[in-house]
Amino acid sequence: MQNIPQKIVQGKYLRHKKNFPHVWCPGCSNGIVLGAIIRAMAKLEWKRSNTAMVSGIGCSSRMPVYVDLNTLHSLHGRAIAYATGMKLYKPQMNVMVVTGDGDATAIGGNHLIHAARRNIDITVVLINNYIYGMTGGQYSPTTPTGDKATTTPYGNLDPTFDICKLAMGAGATFVARSSAYHAIEANNFIRKGFEHKGFSLVEIISACPVIYGRLNKKGSPADMMRSMKKNVIPQKSYDKLDEKQRNGKMIRGILQDIDKPEYCEVYDELVQSLQNKKGNK
Amino acid sequence: MAKKTNRSVLMQGNEAIAKGALAAGIDFFGGYPITPSTEIAEIMSEELPKIGGKFIQMEDEIASISSIIGASLSGAKAMTATSGPGVSLMAEGIGFAKMVEAPCVVVNVMRGGPSTGSPTKPSQADIMQARWGNHGDAPAIVLYPNSVLESYQLTIRAFNLAEKYRTCVIVLSDEVLGHMREAVTLPNMKDVNIINRIKPNIPPEWYKHYSKNPKYISPFASYGEGYRFHVTGLAHDEYGFPTNRADETQELMDRLKEKVTHNLDDIIQVEAYRMEDARSVIFAAGISSRAAKEAVIKARKSGRKVGMLRPLTIWPFPDAILKKYMNNVRRIYVPELNQGQLINEVKRVMGSIWNYTNTKSHSIIPIQKNSGQLITPDEIVNIMKEKK
Repeated sequence: MQNIPQKIVQGKYLRHKKNFPHVWCPGCSNGIVLGAIIRAMAKLEWKRSNTAMVSGIGCSSRMPVYVDLNTLHSLHGRAIAYATGMKLYKPQMNVMVVTGDGDATAIGGNHLIHAARRNIDITVVLINNYIYGMTGGQYSPTTPTGDKATTTPYGNLDPTFDICKLAMGAGATFVARSSAYHAIEANNFIRKGFEHKGFSLVEIISACPVIYGRLNKKGSPADMMRSMKKNVIPQKSYDKLDEKQRNGKMIRGILQDIDKPEYCEVYDELVQSLQNKKGNK
Repeated sequence: MAKKTNRSVLMQGNEAIAKGALAAGIDFFGGYPITPSTEIAEIMSEELPKIGGKFIQMEDEIASISSIIGASLSGAKAMTATSGPGVSLMAEGIGFAKMVEAPCVVVNVMRGGPSTGSPTKPSQADIMQARWGNHGDAPAIVLYPNSVLESYQLTIRAFNLAEKYRTCVIVLSDEVLGHMREAVTLPNMKDVNIINRIKPNIPPEWYKHYSKNPKYISPFASYGEGYRFHVTGLAHDEYGFPTNRADETQELMDRLKEKVTHNLDDIIQVEAYRMEDARSVIFAAGISSRAAKEAVIKARKSGRKVGMLRPLTIWPFPDAILKKYMNNVRRIYVPELNQGQLINEVKRVMGSIWNYTNTKSHSIIPIQKNSGQLITPDEIVNIMKEKK
């Protein structure tokens, strides 16, 4: 599929009925992530009818309506729980969750850690833009301490989540981070997440120039891209920095990639063993 | 004589609900432990893997309802079981299931509330929660058995109604009904009517997930079958795509309502007991109707013309049936284990027939208890005597 022009690949996976133009603001990174997801699916030649995209509520969660898959735009924070039901019932289906920082780590934090613990074969693409964009710019669990949001007029007091560490701590077997600036890398990480058997989380640092950017004087969309280039760095570069320089920097790369029994397979083994027992009787 | 009749077995109410779900063809159960419903999940965890069905204990009730909706949209016959506090947490998900028309069954084994309340005591205080628990307007189909056998039957019926009308159906039970044991003879499976969702037989490109239908029952596909559709809790058009258009939103809301209100005869079940010449009626549901029936028998022995009406379908409320029987009736007693939920519905319906507030001849009399104990037949009989 590599030789097919990109336009055709995207056209195949997008819906053409009345859904465009999309809801995202100019300069938003969500489109880059959507492109990366589509390229990853195309590379793996995933069949559209056998692929599901589930989301919760928020800017990133509006993504499913644009792709021609089995799509579910569920409740705020609950996407992973819906996806768990879908995957467990139909393990042959490819199930991905598209979610944001607020959706997945605030209201949906419980579902995130427990899906990671079960190691159920779902890929979570988490678009981290540091803010609740859909509701107009309230602070999220990833808004950097001191930053402005409409509910932190004096600066954010909260310490922040490191989402990748959270997922690894909960037992996720594939964890990676990239940014919308590093689009090709993001594309590859998402593909690897799709290929991985077990729970995978790919965090994409993204830009929200219209709300987060404006509130915190981050400049134009291009400026925010440049700051992603500067601040989302590989482990090697990070190690070279001293404590002070590390402030505001994030590590990109594959942070966890291990093999553990996958939940649906373990369940199927149980079913098999019970049915063999019955057969032997 | 049939060669093989099922033997009578001693069975608990919760067990009967689990058996009913299995008879109805359940293949996905997502749940979270809560007294007094836990036996249902325990039985499911043992039985479902044996038949290749899926059981999962989720991290909370919100996740439970979410998982069963996800499974239902993928084609499963799905159920969860909980009690009042769990239903409170599931409220948003129940509304979602109704909005996106995902068939599923939620069992609420009622206990004393509000809050943690009395976990090991019966209550009937979630009758209004079952109707209005989710935000926004949406019809509710709620069934309430009064025996162990009926717990089995109505669970099957709940699945049938859910699949037929594409909605979340709630089965109410209570702590006593769930834990008491009765001898029951389960029917042969060939005598049990099972309804499955109608699958579309048109090409995917013609498919509309929410197509209009004069009978409000349209075929619908599941995920992974080649019909790629969108599901959203936002107001949506026939394809399932979000809409802001006033006409499409109104049409959706009307259809959600009318698919229930146009099929009341199919959905509503009411038991009428000794109603032929009744001048007084006990209107009771669930566990309280057991005492009500006994009270009718006792009162009849002393020559009173008393009958009982018992809704097996609590919601939609059986307005028409109540009106049909009430021409000769002067008094309605409403025993219930709450501070007055069913009685307000009875007043609403009778208000259009009687001007009962101004006349001494007609009255609607509450018999209410919140102590965690049941209403006894004698308590009902004594109140009837006072009102003579």
